Amino acid sequence: MNGVAAPDCRRFLARSSFIELAARERARAILDVDTFRELVGPFDRCKSPWLPLQGIVAQADDGVVLARGTLDGRPALVAAIESAYQGGSIGEVSGAKIAGALELALKDCEHGRPVLPLLLLETGGVRLQEANLGLAAIAEIHAVIIALRRHVPVVGVVAGMVGCFGGMSMAAALCSRLIVTRQARLGMNGPEVIEQEAGVAELDSSDRALIWSLIGGEQRHAVGLADDLVEDDAAAIAAAVRDAFALGPPLVERSAQVDYLVKRLACIDPQRPPDAIALRRLWREGAVN
Amino acid sequence: MRMEKIELDYPAGQAVRRRVHVGVVGSGDLEVLLEPSPDRRAHVLITTSVDGYGVIWKHVLDRFFERFEGAVSIEINDFGATPGVVMLRLEQAAEALRA
Repeated sequence: MNGVAAPDCRRFLARSSFIELAARERARAILDVDTFRELVGPFDRCKSPWLPLQGIVAQADDGVVLARGTLDGRPALVAAIESAYQGGSIGEVSGAKIAGALELALKDCEHGRPVLPLLLLETGGVRLQEANLGLAAIAEIHAVIIALRRHVPVVGVVAGMVGCFGGMSMAAALCSRLIVTRQARLGMNGPEVIEQEAGVAELDSSDRALIWSLIGGEQRHAVGLADDLVEDDAAAIAAAVRDAFALGPPLVERSAQVDYLVKRLACIDPQRPPDAIALRRLWREGAVN
Repeated sequence: MRMEKIELDYPAGQAVRRRVHVGVVGSGDLEVLLEPSPDRRAHVLITTSVDGYGVIWKHVLDRFFERFEGAVSIEINDFGATPGVVMLRLEQAAEALRA
């Protein structure tokens, strides 16, 4: 170990990994100390009625932890997805939990009692075993995020290691502010799905360096699809969440900048797709900046 | 894929007043929901993704209840945890109950 590496090493050891935390602990780690109060917890046993019919063991909270609490003293709602359960997939119940909690937060906002909505996204997207019911719930989540943005910023965190895909990547894109780590991944189709559908020549999903260079948190931040890139440290992420809410709503929501986003897409030639570095240059330094 | 449900029953001593939840239904893991029993016995309901291991489950729970005397209802949702992991999660729940 040399003199330059030593302080970094100490910092690494001193940090408390957020990625290694389960959903409940993640929510607890971000909210103000001792303010975590769970809604529809595991003992309410709101679980998937569909998975056992298909021979799959259901988890008592269907993989979503909802918690009320405060952030710097302001009322907040956290929806945290448990990635270890069914890949963080969104089924009828887990999706309804998120949508329902956000709708109640919206009602509070409309009555002059702002609630800060925070999404801890760690999900492969819709739960295939529950198909349309999960998709319907995800559509409700999208709608309520857009409605909430009129009152408060909606903040999302993608920490890793699952990442955020499918319909829930659209939920991430709808957030007023998105916080990612280098370990995070964000995209519509996951690499395995792309390889399976289009072949290994199109995308080698086992090439981790390639995958992260394309859809990893650092790249998504570099091209402006995420707002904040933070280390995998619970305290750093908790601070970034507070900063994101303190900034208030953005002037124009990212997802509302349609002309800008269309221009960005238009400058890409699908016959000669840019690599990660070229895309950064194209989108950050090119005509569409 | 098949699922198996296993029910076990044990004599119990003191009543418990709290509920404890630990673990996750993830690969090689399980969740444990532990809460006060409606009577003076301990009840265990296991749902496991791996069938055919009823005898092993009974051995693990027998051993756990040699040392644990609370009148609890335990629900276990298992996703292929090894007996060692099962025992660790049960001990973790018992420890959280004492805390």
